[in-house]
Amino acid sequence: MGDHHHGPATGVTRWLFTTNHKDIGTMYLWFSFAMFLLGGFFAMVIRAELFQPGMQLVEPGFFNQMTTLHGLIMVFGAIMPSFVGLANWLIPMMIGAPDMALPRMNNWSFWILPPAFLMLASTLFMEGGAPAFGWTFYAPLSTTYAAPSVTFFIFAIHILGVSSIMGSINIIATVMNMRAPGMTYMKMPMFVWTWLITAFLLVAVMPVLAGAVTMMLMDIHFGTSFFSAAGGGDPVLFQHIFWFFGHPEVYIIILPAFGVVSQIIPAFSRKPLFGYASMVYATASIAFLSFIVWAHHMYTVGMPLAGELFFMYATMLIAVPTGVKVFNWITTMWRGSLTFETPMLFCIGFLVLFTLGGFTGLMLSIAPADFQYHDTYFVVAHFHYVMVAGAVFSMTAAIYYWLPKWCGRMYSESMGKTHFWISFIGFNITFFPQHFVGLAGMPRRIPDYALQFADFNMMSSIGAFIYGASQLLFLYNVVATIVAGKPVSEEKVWDGAEGLEWTVATPAPYHTFEEPPAVPKPVGTF
Amino acid sequence: MGRIFSAAAWFLVAPLAEAGNQINMSPGVTEMGGNIFELHMLIMWICVGIGVLVFGAMFYSIFAHRKSKGHQASQFHESTQVEVAWTVIPFLILIAMAFPATSTLLDVYDNDESELDILITGHQWKWKYEYLDDSGETVVFFSNLATPQEEIYNTQGKGENYLLEVDEPLVIPTHTKVRFLITANDVIHSWWVPEIAVKRDAIPGFINEAWTRVPEEGIYRGQCTELCGAYHGFMPIEVHAVSRDEFDSWIAAKRGIAAAQTELAMQTLSVDELMDEGKRVYDSACLVCHGAGGEGGVGNAIAGSPVVLGDIAAHMALVADGVSGTAMQAFGDQLTAVDMAAVLTYQRNAFGNNTGDVVQPGDVAGTKNG
Repeated sequence: MGDHHHGPATGVTRWLFTTNHKDIGTMYLWFSFAMFLLGGFFAMVIRAELFQPGMQLVEPGFFNQMTTLHGLIMVFGAIMPSFVGLANWLIPMMIGAPDMALPRMNNWSFWILPPAFLMLASTLFMEGGAPAFGWTFYAPLSTTYAAPSVTFFIFAIHILGVSSIMGSINIIATVMNMRAPGMTYMKMPMFVWTWLITAFLLVAVMPVLAGAVTMMLMDIHFGTSFFSAAGGGDPVLFQHIFWFFGHPEVYIIILPAFGVVSQIIPAFSRKPLFGYASMVYATASIAFLSFIVWAHHMYTVGMPLAGELFFMYATMLIAVPTGVKVFNWITTMWRGSLTFETPMLFCIGFLVLFTLGGFTGLMLSIAPADFQYHDTYFVVAHFHYVMVAGAVFSMTAAIYYWLPKWCGRMYSESMGKTHFWISFIGFNITFFPQHFVGLAGMPRRIPDYALQFADFNMMSSIGAFIYGASQLLFLYNVVATIVAGKPVSEEKVWDGAEGLEWTVATPAPYHTFEEPPAVPKPVGTF
Repeated sequence: MGRIFSAAAWFLVAPLAEAGNQINMSPGVTEMGGNIFELHMLIMWICVGIGVLVFGAMFYSIFAHRKSKGHQASQFHESTQVEVAWTVIPFLILIAMAFPATSTLLDVYDNDESELDILITGHQWKWKYEYLDDSGETVVFFSNLATPQEEIYNTQGKGENYLLEVDEPLVIPTHTKVRFLITANDVIHSWWVPEIAVKRDAIPGFINEAWTRVPEEGIYRGQCTELCGAYHGFMPIEVHAVSRDEFDSWIAAKRGIAAAQTELAMQTLSVDELMDEGKRVYDSACLVCHGAGGEGGVGNAIAGSPVVLGDIAAHMALVADGVSGTAMQAFGDQLTAVDMAAVLTYQRNAFGNNTGDVVQPGDVAGTKNG
């Protein structure tokens, strides 16, 4: 038990053995960015093949490996760990805690991730190739008909699940036990609230995913027939289990993004978040509803009419709390004193594009119309509007917003704004035309397409290359900031920023809040 | 700024739309397709309306409440009335949407009183159609992609219906309630023809129902919409809707051919007959993977293959059962006895494999029963 005021250890052991929430947060963020680039590279392969009709670059089987790995790596490798990294950095600082409640487990939950993804990526070099059954891995394509590498995929998913569950338990324990005196639940920043709810979702559904892949493992290697009708099982059972995990999963991805936006919009509006309490209730309602809507991903599997109606009505209901959140954000901006630094631009981009994704989500919830939308590019467009323009844009906003606090240096605003506009334009050129080809009848997950889809696909590919390239600018900007950005030393880097993380020194010292701070005033009052 | 860019985006899209690129769902030709289209447009316009209000307020705020114009921030931050209003009003809008959605869904699920039943079975990567009807011979056939490999691999110009054409289309009569019973043989597929508003998953071991009533004669094209393996993008659907009379004569002819096949299976065929028929079967079932000259490709070479030059029973078993874990499918239930006999004979004597072996339909039936 050494001196409590020491700095970080030196060399590689600092990172291997660290239990410091800031170090672990940093590792999560860099790891997820590396995965973002890898998953993005797979997306570039997909868009390059789809640039023109006909097979040019890859074989159809390899194309399916690319779509599968792109989805898996973006969801499990890029977006989820990035928000865990953000939680690690920010939650202790926001609630006035010295560190996470379970720091050794924190180290472990990060360090099992890189081997898991190394194993997943290594399947590309195995005989029979990588998993090629889509990130949703529907049985029996993923069991009886899968390449042998599926076993490694199952192991990787198990490890990711363990990591997520440990991370969530840590967040729940931290938020429940380590808040500074006076930091009541209804004073917590929205980012902490959204993560607390997300952590409960994760603890509830990751075991379900683990169950699904374990049943696959049994079907593949131990002669069971969970998902094979020939042995008395049911392939549709797989989809029910998968989406019972999968629908909460998409809220696991988007709720922390909501939290980030709820921190940043008030800061650049110089006005408290409108309707804090209703934001908390809306988040909780969304989390609850996420458990009873899963089968809207399965309208065409032949459910009984009663089931179809139930899931349609329940899904439509999600529009209510989601609408409340959007209305609250806009009312927060209303009659504020707005400025448009890069984090705010990304949040406004989020607000516009996520709302569009919400509208197409409402359209998709209408079961009879979904018979025409299902598994087309309309769905691809919809979920990229909520995943990329939702989660990734808000994550980008978060990096720009808190980076000066983390490293004590200011990023280049002009480069940041350029990054925003290229991303925003590239994103829309990529995904807006996908609504059109989807409605016109182009199925998703096909390596080649009929001639009437050619123009919009070419446009989409050009947009994707632009969007992809803009992320390299982001990487450059972040590295340049850390290495040689203009030093900042004010505690409150942004004049409108509120919260305990802005009361510590800049850059944030290695240990913060070893003594609990005085919690000044409730969030929402100035 | 955002508005300028969305306007710019529209100018990019508009010329493409005018150049014949479809940008919206098609109402199709059926009444149900029309209803679904109207529902889709209704929800979309409601969303557009809400979007105009929400984004209008946001962009007004971005325009008017900026610090650079010296706007001072007010500090209001909650209002229970407002929160209740924007919870209740969207809820009422949703209820209004639910009525037409429910009635259309009830219609989709009304599979009763069909006049013609067709069993559709998804295979990797082709569709099998079977007309369920007690009168006479069963009409059953496979429908394969007809687009040649040369078009897919860009050595030849692409035809108008690239990837949407089949060797043998599904034929249905107009003005008739046709019920589709949809299942699969291996993995999950999904049978979708947008213009007649039918999409239903084909699930191995389970049978789903869907129906259509097509009022206009025409050719309607679709594709498999559930990822089903490497060639998921290459198993299109082509439906020919024809008049009742034309349909009756078509199905009578098909029954005639089926009867002749049954007849043929009893007979001993000449080597020439087997070779001709075998070439036809080879070209439609084997050529894609094994090459036009038997030189191989995705599959092993047929020319000089030890399997083809070896024991006839082992050769037949391989073709009938496939090789699990590879692209070699089980053709046993896809080929008739005549087809099987012919293709085996052809493989054993073409491409320089001159074994001189002749396999007769009777040998195939013998093997199956044995």
